Amino acid sequence: MGLFILRRLGVMILTALCLTFIVFWLTNLTPNLEKLAKTQGNFRMSDDAVTSYLTNRGYKQALPVKYGQWLGVLPGYEIADADGKVRRRCDDGRTFCGVLQGEWGESTVFKEDVSKIISKRLGLTAKLMFWVMMVMVPGALVIGVLAGMREGSRTDRTLSTVSIISTATPEYVSGVVFISLFATGTFGMNWFKGTATSAMDNANFWNFFLPVMTISLYGMGYIARMTRASMTEVMTAQYIRTARLKGVAFRTIVLRHALRNALIAPFTVIMLQFPWLLNGVVIVETLFNYKGFGWTLVQAASNNDIELLLGVSVVSVFVVLVTQLISDIGYVFLNPRIRIS
Amino acid sequence: MDPLSWTGATGAFLNPIWTITVACFALAVVLQIALSFFAPPMTLQSNADGTLAVRGGYLGGIERVTKIAFLAVLGLSLAYAIAGILLPYGTGGIVGIMFKRFVPVWIALIAIFAVSIHYKRSLGLYGKLFDSTVGMIGFGLVMFWVFTAIFSGMFDMLITHNPLSQVSGLKNKVPGVPMPDASVGNWPHYLLGGDNLARDIFSRVVKGSVIVIAIAPLATLFAFMVGITLGLPAGYYGGRLDTILSFLANLILAFPVILLFYLLVTPEIVATGIPSFMAAFLFVFPIVFFGVLLNSRYYTQPSKRNPILIVILGVLGWLYLSLVSQDGTVLNFMPNWLDGFDINPGILVVFVSVVFVNSPTVYRIVRGLTLDLRTRDYVAAAQTRGEGAWYIMLWEILPNARGPLIVDFCLRIGYTTILLGTLGFFGLGLPPESPDWGSTINEGRKLLLIYAHPALPPAIALLSLVLGLNLLADGLREESLKD
Repeated sequence: MGLFILRRLGVMILTALCLTFIVFWLTNLTPNLEKLAKTQGNFRMSDDAVTSYLTNRGYKQALPVKYGQWLGVLPGYEIADADGKVRRRCDDGRTFCGVLQGEWGESTVFKEDVSKIISKRLGLTAKLMFWVMMVMVPGALVIGVLAGMREGSRTDRTLSTVSIISTATPEYVSGVVFISLFATGTFGMNWFKGTATSAMDNANFWNFFLPVMTISLYGMGYIARMTRASMTEVMTAQYIRTARLKGVAFRTIVLRHALRNALIAPFTVIMLQFPWLLNGVVIVETLFNYKGFGWTLVQAASNNDIELLLGVSVVSVFVVLVTQLISDIGYVFLNPRIRIS
Repeated sequence: MDPLSWTGATGAFLNPIWTITVACFALAVVLQIALSFFAPPMTLQSNADGTLAVRGGYLGGIERVTKIAFLAVLGLSLAYAIAGILLPYGTGGIVGIMFKRFVPVWIALIAIFAVSIHYKRSLGLYGKLFDSTVGMIGFGLVMFWVFTAIFSGMFDMLITHNPLSQVSGLKNKVPGVPMPDASVGNWPHYLLGGDNLARDIFSRVVKGSVIVIAIAPLATLFAFMVGITLGLPAGYYGGRLDTILSFLANLILAFPVILLFYLLVTPEIVATGIPSFMAAFLFVFPIVFFGVLLNSRYYTQPSKRNPILIVILGVLGWLYLSLVSQDGTVLNFMPNWLDGFDINPGILVVFVSVVFVNSPTVYRIVRGLTLDLRTRDYVAAAQTRGEGAWYIMLWEILPNARGPLIVDFCLRIGYTTILLGTLGFFGLGLPPESPDWGSTINEGRKLLLIYAHPALPPAIALLSLVLGLNLLADGLREESLKD
């Protein structure tokens, strides 16, 4: 078990390094840097001015060197420009300053420390995600268990159709439908607020319900279908038949005997939903104008805010990898057949 | 001209009946769901004539009511359609006119259903689809959009206006608004209203289906070529090849899709030519796939193999080179007289990134299936016969893995459609005036709280297509599991 976790951790760190390197490379391509120089300096800069701007700020170094400095494993640059002014990556006399030392750089759009922006925005998104999880997970499990406990019954077919419909509704479709149904007067049901901007400070049912439902709906169907599949498999197992033959009540069979084994697979699926949820968060935060992590990603990417985009990528890659790790370890830990051997 | 109402003159007569029937149906469904938790489990009772009847009592009765009410709703909806088709223009309202516009699609749908149901016993898995209601509904929805795309894309039928032309005075107008100058031979109304640039929403949604129907299945097919070509050897040989390929696949899978799109589909990245190189890399796989497929089959008969391979590889190679070589990008090496076609660079980038995102998942599925199938007896038999590794992979293992792959293919087209919509929603890649559904939703959402009508039709269109694909996949899975 210990060796397994160790090996998974090793692979995870290798993956994280590869992914951040790819993001670093893509954001530090020459056209991006030239655009950065022109937005930071002025738009009518000559090519020479752009080159000297980039050289003075260390952008013209070799890619692996830049990546090492950004990561904090190589000493930061010290470059003197033509008139003798020395620019240093690390301002307070340290040698190493990168992501590992907690120096995430400064956002060029928000004029603030990237780490500050990200922690603030992540907090807002965490609030959204908490409620999404509170709606999605119980809802999906109940639908899946109800559908899977009697395979082929009418309840099963109805609930399976519902989950198929929900997996076929991406967030931008359900969001648009929800807003026009429940937040405008078009259909006479102006019940909720169509934006969630006010929910950032003061979330209540009326301004938070639609964004939460929009994200939960898309993931709910998928988890429900996985739960259903796992539940139907368990319900055909020998020990369930034994319990039925013994005369145990159906309710007890489902709740006491089947449920515990049926919930192992959905646990993995829920954990692996995080990358998809991130997708949903970006769409919903854009649609409902909720200025969280996903909104920050869109702002950073569309405004060529390199440091912020890198920070956002590191966090999202980290979240994805950690949830994968938890799902792997959790699967082994929950499944007695693997745990005991 | 007067503005149109939704159901016109027929509505005055049909709407009350329709409302009552729908209410009855909804009530019956709710009752049935509530009852199904309390009613006794399914019972069989034998009738006097020797047949068996399933379920009696209240639950059985309510089920019959539900069925009748459902048929009544269907019949009434059909009445709107027939009224719209037969009665003069405007009597059936917007709904009637739209039904009439889609008459070619209805005819094509009825034809394909009639032929398929008649010959379903001799059509294999496709024919079996017509045994399952869910599968038929899904197939109907998918074919509706396919025919819509064919008729509007190839023959310019169905649409009422040019999807790009703007008519002053119709900005953000509600559905059924009349044209200001109906005399010039234009279609007299904007059926679903105008968007914020005063273009006809109905025509844009219809025309948008062409882009989706053209890109999504093709991109999925390419993703399958890549996934199969890499997944088969990884699963068959295992070892270091498998480790490296799986690590790479996991690397791409761990990337949040939206971040990847934002990194790949920006003008700056396109300027560096990375998407062109990716296209050059990814589009090789179909050639490799077909080359190996045919070579492994016919390499014992060179007289047959050589002409086949020369023709196939020649055609594919020319298509590949024409596709990769684009004016205005870094890869532009073909002389113009030889370069068959140039596709829109925006569409190419979108296509490449969608293939790139989808292929690792296909790879994982194919690898898993191969791992399972390579221990089968027929593989051992082929190995004993002395068949080559690629022959075993492509002609023994792949045909036996086709069931799950076909089902996943349908699901994946739906997923690709969603991804295309996501790209359009963020305004990435496709030109901004493009009528594809994602871009149209993106246009409409900006004023959503004031005008809801521009964003809804493309949203519902996308939903119905993806739903159709998912239902189709479900029906296929159910039918393929039966034998």
